[in-house]
Amino acid sequence: MDASVQKTPLYDWHVAHGGRMVDFAGFAMPVQYGSIIDEHQAVRTKVALADISHMGRLRFEGPGAAVFLAELLTRRVADMELGQVRYSLVTRDDGGILDDVLVGYYHNSHGQPFFLMVVNASNRAKIVKWVEAHLPKERAERPGEEIIWNDVSRLWAMFAIQGPKSVELLQPLVDVDLASMKYYRGAQARLLHPAAQRQGCIISRTGYTGEDGFELSLGAGIAQGIWEVLMEIGKPLGIQAAGLGARDTLRLEAGMPLYGHELSEEINPFQAGLGFACHLAGYDFPGRDALLKIQKEPATSVRIGLEMPGKRAAREHSPILSNGQKVGEVTSGSYSPSLGKSIAMGYVSPDYTRPGLELQIDIRGSVQNATVVELPFYRRPTTKKGSK
Amino acid sequence: MSQNLLYSKTHEWVRVDGDTASVGLTAFALEALTDLVHIQLPEVGAQVSAGQPFGEIESVKAVSDLNSPVNGEVVEVNSGVDLEHLAEDPYNKGWFIKVKMSDKAALGSLLDDAAYKKQCEEEQH
Repeated sequence: MDASVQKTPLYDWHVAHGGRMVDFAGFAMPVQYGSIIDEHQAVRTKVALADISHMGRLRFEGPGAAVFLAELLTRRVADMELGQVRYSLVTRDDGGILDDVLVGYYHNSHGQPFFLMVVNASNRAKIVKWVEAHLPKERAERPGEEIIWNDVSRLWAMFAIQGPKSVELLQPLVDVDLASMKYYRGAQARLLHPAAQRQGCIISRTGYTGEDGFELSLGAGIAQGIWEVLMEIGKPLGIQAAGLGARDTLRLEAGMPLYGHELSEEINPFQAGLGFACHLAGYDFPGRDALLKIQKEPATSVRIGLEMPGKRAAREHSPILSNGQKVGEVTSGSYSPSLGKSIAMGYVSPDYTRPGLELQIDIRGSVQNATVVELPFYRRPTTKKGSK
Repeated sequence: MSQNLLYSKTHEWVRVDGDTASVGLTAFALEALTDLVHIQLPEVGAQVSAGQPFGEIESVKAVSDLNSPVNGEVVEVNSGVDLEHLAEDPYNKGWFIKVKMSDKAALGSLLDDAAYKKQCEEEQH
């Protein structure tokens, strides 16, 4: 692998445990350790641990931080309560999506509040530049309105603990009650293990799998120690380490978009089905005026889900057809281990989005029937409606 | 590996019996692919050429071409090949097609056990 490729604090562990390492957004990351399907099923039925330390993490604090983020993101953050997490977007002036992010509002062990913004690894450098370009420098230094921000991506590791046994796995290690933590809520917590060297962590009930679970941010220096503790205490629960391959099939089943596939600067939030993440009535942010206009216009293409009866998967760029005419294109596709059939997401003309509609997908020259279905493809048994 | 097999650089194995060649994928390739979900094989009667794709095999992660190591006509297709248990017996139950070779010229450029083993070791690093 290229010497310029970065390593997460778990790199040695991945290699020692059979991780098949690939370059993903400039990081050496494991695609899988053994079988992608086994790792996928561990998340659906037990619990799995994934290294997501490649994600970009930006920390904002100071009395001006909330207003600054509100002026940067499509979604309000100024009204967030401590411990709340929100999905939001960063858009260009024309409404195109620069990134999709999670913003959490926490306080540190000294009681100081801060925002933690998690950005895609592939977009970290771009978003850092965007933040720098939009930071109101004069205001940021004015007493009472200071904005202090840091890129903590390399200082902190991040784990995804996903699966129905996530609470059982993680609870012995932390001093907050996880069972009562709601979806899209989080907390600063103490790690109750000598391997943590008395350091704290941030836990949120979030994930990218459609399953119950948590995301854990902790210091890079203690990451491998805590990872090994989790793998050890998870043994009786059937824990597996999961790579990027399983993360991709899991998020696809959950109907979650992936930047670079369903999302790009040429796609606006409404056609991606992310209108819920746009609060256009509040603060002015880059792209707000464009989005107000776009919202009223008919979309040129819309994100949909498609199911196919066979196991053969449509892949990115496969043409979507209606009666032989191309009406769209696949952005992600895979065999779905949970459903036992092939699923895909893609963009089609707005006339072809009705669930139940029969379309076709050209899979490398062979035309297969595909049915438009509502997203997500997979919904975990206990999910309550409207928990977003 | 064994049993008088020849191998292509793209990890297909060949067993020659007279002018008929059985073709499958090696254990090394199956181990690398994992999570197989689909195989696309030609019809009986299809012409295949050495180094050219005759079908494809798909895992959860990706699609790979199956390349013919020989020239000739497909005379038998293992349409019931069991992908789930393919890796358990890749060199017997795991054959994909049988080809009546039009010539044996292509056999000369295939690898023997030792050469193929060496290639696999190199690919692992």
